[in-house]
Amino acid sequence: MAGRKRKKGKKWIVNLVLGVICFIWLIPTIGLLISSFRPAADILETGWWKVFPHQEWKSADTIKLSKDVDLREPIEVNGKTYTDDQLKAGVKAGEDRLIWENRRTREISVQKEGWVASSTLTLDNYKNVISGKEYTLKGADGSETKEKGTGLSQAYWNTLTIAIPATVIPILIASFAAYAFAWLRFPGRKTMFVVIIAMLVVPIQVALIPVLKHYTTLGLNGSYLGIWLAHAAFGLPLVTYFMYNFISQLPKDLFESAFMDGASHFTIFSKLILPLSVPALASIGIFQFLWVWNDYLVSLIFIGNQPNVQVMSMKIADLVGSRGNDWHLLTSAAFISMLMPLAIFFLLQKYFVRGLMGGSVKG
Amino acid sequence: MDTQAKNKFSLKAVLIFLVVLLVNVLLHGVIFMFFRDSTLNPLLTALAAVLWGVAGVYFLYLSFSWAVEQFPEQISRKILPYVFIGPAVLLLGWLLVLPALRTLYLSFFNASSDKFVGLGNYLAIFSDRLLATALRNNLLWVFVGTLACVAFGLLIAILADRSSYERIAKSIIFMPMAISFVAAGVIWKFVYYYQPGTEQIGLLNAIVIALGGEPQAWVTMLQPWNNFFLILILIWMQTGFAMVIFSAAIKGVPEDILEAARVDGAGEIRIFFRIIIPFISTTLLTVTTTIIVFTLKIFDVVMVMTGGQYDTEVVATQFYRQFFMYRNFGYGSTLAIVLLIAVLPVIYFNLRQMRKQGGF
Repeated sequence: MAGRKRKKGKKWIVNLVLGVICFIWLIPTIGLLISSFRPAADILETGWWKVFPHQEWKSADTIKLSKDVDLREPIEVNGKTYTDDQLKAGVKAGEDRLIWENRRTREISVQKEGWVASSTLTLDNYKNVISGKEYTLKGADGSETKEKGTGLSQAYWNTLTIAIPATVIPILIASFAAYAFAWLRFPGRKTMFVVIIAMLVVPIQVALIPVLKHYTTLGLNGSYLGIWLAHAAFGLPLVTYFMYNFISQLPKDLFESAFMDGASHFTIFSKLILPLSVPALASIGIFQFLWVWNDYLVSLIFIGNQPNVQVMSMKIADLVGSRGNDWHLLTSAAFISMLMPLAIFFLLQKYFVRGLMGGSVKG
Repeated sequence: MDTQAKNKFSLKAVLIFLVVLLVNVLLHGVIFMFFRDSTLNPLLTALAAVLWGVAGVYFLYLSFSWAVEQFPEQISRKILPYVFIGPAVLLLGWLLVLPALRTLYLSFFNASSDKFVGLGNYLAIFSDRLLATALRNNLLWVFVGTLACVAFGLLIAILADRSSYERIAKSIIFMPMAISFVAAGVIWKFVYYYQPGTEQIGLLNAIVIALGGEPQAWVTMLQPWNNFFLILILIWMQTGFAMVIFSAAIKGVPEDILEAARVDGAGEIRIFFRIIIPFISTTLLTVTTTIIVFTLKIFDVVMVMTGGQYDTEVVATQFYRQFFMYRNFGYGSTLAIVLLIAVLPVIYFNLRQMRKQGGF
């Protein structure tokens, strides 16, 4: 009874600490989410937290000074004197605050503190990003034409078409290799494994130019196959390293009994290893997917500017680059692009449950 | 007679192998051509392409394994491993190893790669002040970034495992991973944004002012502390990675061992250090290595936030600058090789660990 109570108390603390951490983690994303619903001008003028109710000075009255008041001398307002500098910064007068409304026309604003929420929220950012923003172009002859920028939907499909195979291919290739490295004995095994692991650290920028040259000769530029292979190769060292660590930990007798039954290595791999590795495959799969989904550099080099194969990240970077400070569009585009990885995460989360790895894996 | 039959059998197997090779080349070649010239509707193309990409690789292994099995047992046992690792080795050899070797070669030549300078580039970059800054910053990234990511990841994984809202908590920590670097840059500009005066649109400065402090230009003027503010972004983004992997590993700790320890009166902290940590040690090493490698290569965060200015340069941004902007291929390549050398101890440690477990 007492033990149970103590456990309950502990759970309360765990929930609280975790809650605080989660809250801190969420703040930047909340900022992005709120900003994505704010009009462009607001984003650059006030902080995003201003959409929540907060106390702020609001103009209640204005006092107009007569023309003969010398602004360089202390100024008398309602029986008290203030300097020009004080009025510039705003000065308290009892409950109210006095601040220049317009110094040239000599108007002082009398402000009262009150609850406000600058809640001008809009869906325009999303509309513009999804269906393309409308630009009004002025021709040389003064005529106006409306042109629609390209939306994100095409890019969304392109990114999926690239990301799914670019996730599955390296994981399959790496798992086969990891299986061979872990459970088969052959000459050159150690050397090849060390080289693969060493490739973990090669910055991919090193590979871009030579590979681009080969791709141009082979006609792989801008093709799905080309970009799949590039992503697969750049992700392979990590995935192999990861899958090796997992597959090599599987108990030995598992294979021996299967092998005794006359199963081939291919059968053992696809009927036994793959199903057993689902949790590892799910974890590394998510990260490879994320990496491809958010990749900008590789797509930029191997896809180039063809509009029909552009991916999301290129579109987003375009929003930053060519149109300068379209932060309002950027925020909503960033949010749309986050949806797919999050959906995949939720989908695969059921594989990270207790027991799936239990028994088959030791630490 | 017997050997003759065996030879005949092998010949047949060789033929089968060649046919399988030919079929694969032709099949994928034709499909590739089809997609290149296809004018199908984009959605159909996407579906077909995904199907090809995924099923194609599986078919590759299936057909080759089958072909190899047609050889006599002794031979097939020798060839099969190479079928399994073949695609990985070929792909890596072509797209990473060759370029890496080329980089090593270029690092012994001058800026325009036409004069051999021996170790000249290596001597030059180590006496360069910019590289000294880059190396110092990289060390900061590796130590602070890795330590924080691993520690937070582990802490959150354990807390989440015991909390009553595990899925939500894990999703929240994971969420930043789903954000591209460009978008993350925007998010953190909203946090670090600086302008003089009391009206701030950057969250951090708003907090500082509310507490009565002076607004700061966090990522630019506060050298060398600005590096820590950049590392914070990495921690925010990458802790999710550590957390997901640790969480899966922690769930592999058998419940009965934990229960037995609790019955014996062991406290949670003792259980953590004596049972959970040893149990997940492989995972711990994997995750730490991955994050060390990742932080060594860190590029995007710095590029998006400061472009490497204000003393936030790291080796990868220096490399990029030398290679792609100044066109100094000698310097650039040398920097890439320095990165490679820097990680060798980590890889050596990993291999030693794998050998201990009997793999190597």
